[in-house]
Amino acid sequence: MTPVGSPKPVDALDSAGQQPTATVSAPQSGREFAPARPIWQVLLIRPETVTLALLIGAIIVGSQLSRFFLDISYILESSTLYSEYSIVALMLTLVIISGEIDLSPASMMALSACVFASVFQAGAPIWLAILASFACGLAMGAFNAILVIGFRLPSIIVTIGTLTLYRGLAQVLAGDRSISHFPDWFVGIDYREILDVPVPVILFTVAAIIVGLFLGMTIPGRQIYQIGTNEIAARHAGIRVQRIKAGLFVGMGLVASLAGLITASRLASVRYDMATGGELQMVLMVMLGGTYIFGGRGTILGTFLASWLLVIIATGMTVANIVVTSQLIVMGVLLITSIIATNAIYARSQR
Amino acid sequence: MMRLTAGIGALMRHREAGNFVMIVLLAIVVGLIQPRFLTLETLRNVMLAIPLILIAAMGQMMVIIARHVDLSMGSILGFSAIVAGMMFRDMPDVPILIGVLVAILVGAGLGFLNGAIVTLFGLPSIIVTLGTLSLYRGFVFLISNSRQVDPQFIPRALIQMSQTSPILGIPWLVIIAFLTALASYLFLDHMRLGRQIYALGSNPSAAPLRGIRVVPVTLLVFTLSGALAGLAGVMYAARFGYVNPGITGVGFEFTVIASVVIGGVSINGGVGTVLGTILGVILLGMVNVALPLLGVSEFWQSAILGAVIIVALLIDRSVRISGQQALAAERSAR
Amino acid sequence: MLRKSLIAGLIAGTALMATTALAADKTSIVYIPKNTGNPYFDSLVQGFVDGCEKAGCTFTTAAPATAEATSQIPFITAQTQRGVNVIAISPNSPDALDQVFDRARAKGTLVFAVNGDITGNTQHRDAAILPVDFTKTGPGQVELVGSMIGYEGEIAILSATTDAPDQNAWIKDMVATLKSNPKYAKMTLVATVYGDDEPQKSTTVAEALLSKYPNLKGIIAPTTVGIAAAAQVVQSAGKAKTVHVTGLGTPNQMRPFIKDGTVSAFQLWSPYNEGLLSAYFAVAVKEGKIKNEPGATLDVPGLGKVTVGPDHVINTQAELTTFNAANIDKFNF
Repeated sequence: MTPVGSPKPVDALDSAGQQPTATVSAPQSGREFAPARPIWQVLLIRPETVTLALLIGAIIVGSQLSRFFLDISYILESSTLYSEYSIVALMLTLVIISGEIDLSPASMMALSACVFASVFQAGAPIWLAILASFACGLAMGAFNAILVIGFRLPSIIVTIGTLTLYRGLAQVLAGDRSISHFPDWFVGIDYREILDVPVPVILFTVAAIIVGLFLGMTIPGRQIYQIGTNEIAARHAGIRVQRIKAGLFVGMGLVASLAGLITASRLASVRYDMATGGELQMVLMVMLGGTYIFGGRGTILGTFLASWLLVIIATGMTVANIVVTSQLIVMGVLLITSIIATNAIYARSQR
Repeated sequence: MMRLTAGIGALMRHREAGNFVMIVLLAIVVGLIQPRFLTLETLRNVMLAIPLILIAAMGQMMVIIARHVDLSMGSILGFSAIVAGMMFRDMPDVPILIGVLVAILVGAGLGFLNGAIVTLFGLPSIIVTLGTLSLYRGFVFLISNSRQVDPQFIPRALIQMSQTSPILGIPWLVIIAFLTALASYLFLDHMRLGRQIYALGSNPSAAPLRGIRVVPVTLLVFTLSGALAGLAGVMYAARFGYVNPGITGVGFEFTVIASVVIGGVSINGGVGTVLGTILGVILLGMVNVALPLLGVSEFWQSAILGAVIIVALLIDRSVRISGQQALAAERSAR
Repeated sequence: MLRKSLIAGLIAGTALMATTALAADKTSIVYIPKNTGNPYFDSLVQGFVDGCEKAGCTFTTAAPATAEATSQIPFITAQTQRGVNVIAISPNSPDALDQVFDRARAKGTLVFAVNGDITGNTQHRDAAILPVDFTKTGPGQVELVGSMIGYEGEIAILSATTDAPDQNAWIKDMVATLKSNPKYAKMTLVATVYGDDEPQKSTTVAEALLSKYPNLKGIIAPTTVGIAAAAQVVQSAGKAKTVHVTGLGTPNQMRPFIKDGTVSAFQLWSPYNEGLLSAYFAVAVKEGKIKNEPGATLDVPGLGKVTVGPDHVINTQAELTTFNAANIDKFNF
């Protein structure tokens, strides 16, 4: 059990996660006669609590569904199939808190991985190929940022456009073939383990701690909440809204190319259709974690828990031989109910 | 810089004219490279390539004018198509018209559900329909037991709708699509309810003040969009002759949204015309027919689609800005 | 909805556990097709079901929703975790599955590639059950289209995706046959196009073929989606008399076109027999009746004696089956 719930990171994340509660309850203390909300209510009526409850519930249901499910090494192994998405979802959480969205990261993963593979195949040393992949991620993120911030276009439609564009460019670049034969040290990241924990899981946990600390402890991190709550007020307060938002979109590009490289290592091959439809899963992780779709609220702890929830659900259903069609339905229902629930909880806490 | 955007804006203010010029230019350029493009056969191919998208685009257009979006359209199409196909298979005596009506009703039902979730909980349609995109596709697999409806079960008369023609060699399918467009035009331009969709989209918060009942109008828009996707679903069976749960309608929404946006429908709501959307659909359909004829690798198709969406967004923005500037200039002149 | 499906899942789960417990000594086989909803694989699954009933094994099937490279991986890991004896799979990728295969095999699971091989990476699977000697497909298709057009005129190929390994091997054979055999000297291959196994795209490229090459006499579409799209296009353009469509297709998909004369003949093999043979072979190897090595032979009821070929490849039939108006009603898949 150690790797999943190792107490230290969770503590760190939790303290980071307290941030929005503080901002939410701030106006309440201003009301003179409002009785203080009991601490158990503050803790209980939080989206992360719901996520945690669902996670525990899913583990129990999973263990009932199949006797093959409750095996920590199997769950860890399966979680490596999703850790690329989980890592991107962390960054996506910041973007959504800032009041924007990015639907293109799965396509960015594919294009940057195709750039990596093509450069490598052209005979360049592998470090150069990795560098090219990150440069590509940077460029894609910057392009999104220019369209959204420079031209003030709605990010939701822009990134639907770039979702199609980046995937298309990946197809132009790599065609239909799959590129492989990378050096041995590069492939099989999911097979490398530190203390019996696969490396992608460790990367995800470390990334969660770093992003969580950034969001909760640093000034720019906390400014993201203010931008998402009220962009105009944030601008008046002297926050460099455009610069921070642009940074988030560029960050998405870089994180997506990292995720693309992890996927390339895991599969030992690259094709243009890598991570097709991954955007749904990433958005689902963020939403399930209780991040508010209209911006201003959300925590990394929530996304962290939600990623595990998705891993548990997907793994549990697959190992129990539940048909894939029910999985599509569960995904859709989860996404919708999670935004309904989050909406309701925030509406309640605002009263 | 300002002058440049204003210039482009003035040129593009009449988006219909702009798109029409683009279509003619494209025809000439492609025709010069590949003379076989300028034949009746190509015209027929373009005509056959657009009906499905045109029908669905009418629905998507209304949704976008109301400042929403429907990403679940491809799954609704798939669901209606499989329901109609299974009906034809399991009840061979059912008249085709009943199958068509059932497909439309089923689509309308799913569309209504989208609208209900959006209005009831005040949620952004893009996330809701991203969820129902997955949910409805699950329904498609579930109801069909993951089995395809084979060509032998699709009625001949239905398939012949994409072949036989009542007039001038124009296939039934194309005529149905344009009749749908005509009906949409009459609804949007000449009916109170249609005008209310524009009013709702151009300023949702002011809409109630102007006597517009936001919830019913929003529900109506999503229901219509679903119904039209349902009609497109049964037309899919007519065009391709079979229905497959994992293929039919997958990714369809992107093509539809692209043509609508190319047609000058503003993603900020309140702006867009049926004629513009028709031209957008034709333009995209022509590009898709021209690419293989020119020998352009099909790998480029998705990239071109994406680039076209982004260019259309940029044009849309410059039109808006120049429109605002013109308005401001008018005011200051007064 | 969620609760309902969870409950349904619970019931299914308990039922499954019960069957595995009862049949603990039987060989357990799982088959993972390319994707769900593909009628071709439904027939293959039926072969497994019937084969397992007779040979004595427990059988399940699980398939991803999309036929992309990575979608099969969670299923392979899950089945390995379930401890099945044999994983039979129609791989979506020739290389992205290698590592998962190795991990399954390290745990004692036999991995069979069924219907398509992981060409170039065959050391990562235990055996391959393929329908027919694939070197016969290309020449067979050229002869079929030649016989339709009187061995004279322009022909074109409408294939699946540009990297489909089987199709590419067949196309290569077709080109070589056209060049080397004087019988086909008057036939010219004018174009090879790709419809990505999508109906919409296949239709568009087939239409482009007709308008770009007005003298086209024949189209070979060695893919089930492609041949149906090509037949539909030729039929609706009213060119069935001048352009002859053939290729590889399933009888159910092609029946209307054979009946109305749009297509006079096409070929395929029996996917059902692939499933049947795989089941018998798996049980025989697992129970130690035969060794999984080149030269070993096995008697399969209904199929006769089959032999394990070089590189552990087994073919279910010697020649392609040709379907036409005379025999199509005997087949239902």
